Amino acid sequence: MPQIAQLPEIWSSQLFWLLVIFGLVYFVIGRGMVPKVMDTVGLRDKQIADDLAAAQAARDAADEQEEAWRKRENANREAAQALVNEAKAKAAKSTETKLAKVQAAIDAQLEEAETRIAASRAEAAAEIESVAAEAAQDIAQRLANVSVTKTVAKSAVKKAMANG
Amino acid sequence: MAGETAKVDPMHQFTIEPLFGTETLDIAGYNIAFTNSALWMLITAVVLWVFMLGGMKQQLVPGRWQMMVETFTGFIDDMLEANIGKEGRKYVPYIFSLFMFILFANLLGLMPLGVVGLHPFTFTSHFTVTGVLAIMSFAIVLVVGFWKHGLHFFSLFVPSGTPLIMAIFIAPIEFISFMFRPFSLGLRLFVAMMAGHVLLEVLSSFVIDGGNAGLVWAGVVSLPSFALMVAICALEILVSGIQAYVFALLSSLYINDAEHLH
Repeated sequence: MPQIAQLPEIWSSQLFWLLVIFGLVYFVIGRGMVPKVMDTVGLRDKQIADDLAAAQAARDAADEQEEAWRKRENANREAAQALVNEAKAKAAKSTETKLAKVQAAIDAQLEEAETRIAASRAEAAAEIESVAAEAAQDIAQRLANVSVTKTVAKSAVKKAMANG
Repeated sequence: MAGETAKVDPMHQFTIEPLFGTETLDIAGYNIAFTNSALWMLITAVVLWVFMLGGMKQQLVPGRWQMMVETFTGFIDDMLEANIGKEGRKYVPYIFSLFMFILFANLLGLMPLGVVGLHPFTFTSHFTVTGVLAIMSFAIVLVVGFWKHGLHFFSLFVPSGTPLIMAIFIAPIEFISFMFRPFSLGLRLFVAMMAGHVLLEVLSSFVIDGGNAGLVWAGVVSLPSFALMVAICALEILVSGIQAYVFALLSSLYINDAEHLH
């Protein structure tokens, strides 16, 4: 086992070179390079954290703006709805009044027509009566050779017509 | 004579040899020859440095390499954060150096560079190295513990809420287990690395000896051994990472004891 067999001759050289070279490693690499590498990592982590925070802030701002826009949009929509409703109501009202007016005119016309019809009917009935009376007079004259006065004929006709 | 030349000493790979004629180099009488072990420490440090260079681009959007370096630093940072808390930050340079140095050493020692004639040397398979690293971690624990808590640090050996009678027995046990920490820390890595390399060496000697002994033996011994070697290589790569992780994790747990007592 050379580790033990050679011990008396090599221990000092092993110790010396290990201390020299490990010392170099410690001071040049451990003390010189490692902190710089770790600083880089720390810097990067900080940058990432900052960027994330900025992104979060931007997102919050966007959310806020969206909320405001939504509110505004809702208000606008409501206003538009109200306008539409108003217009609808107005149109309905005007239609109603127009209809009512037309209805009234039609009613008046109907009434007038009815009175006219009633008048015509009465006139016609009177005419039929007088014609019937004359006809009855005439018939009585020709068939029975009875002269019937106009008034008698008329009353007879009336009676007959009243019976149907 | 084929039997003689194929004889393999699986421990030979751990032999340390001075390089570039520096075997007489010394400081105050202590030999400090630049050995193959020191060479691989240097190679490990350079490879680690090159790897870390990829992390120095410091781009906001990292490339793959930079991402890899940052994953390792983040891994150590998270481990210390989880085990020690926010005070663990100041140990990141040490634990990171320790973890990466051991990890790269283990992995480089496994590289199949023998194919091109180089001989990788795993210096973490020497307890002279792992022991020094363990003592370093242990020294940090002691220094931090006594610096922060003064003599109160000794209360580490008495778990809170222990009755006095129990404490008399528990304190020595705790003290012994505390003093064994550097040994277990250093020996664990050294043994794991050495065992893996010996196993690979023995298996490869089976492959070669079986092949030399003829076609039948090649089929019976060499092929299964080779298949096993491939599997054990994968296992050793895993062990390289796990041992480096265990070393760094235990160091950070011990430092946590020093920071927070119990």
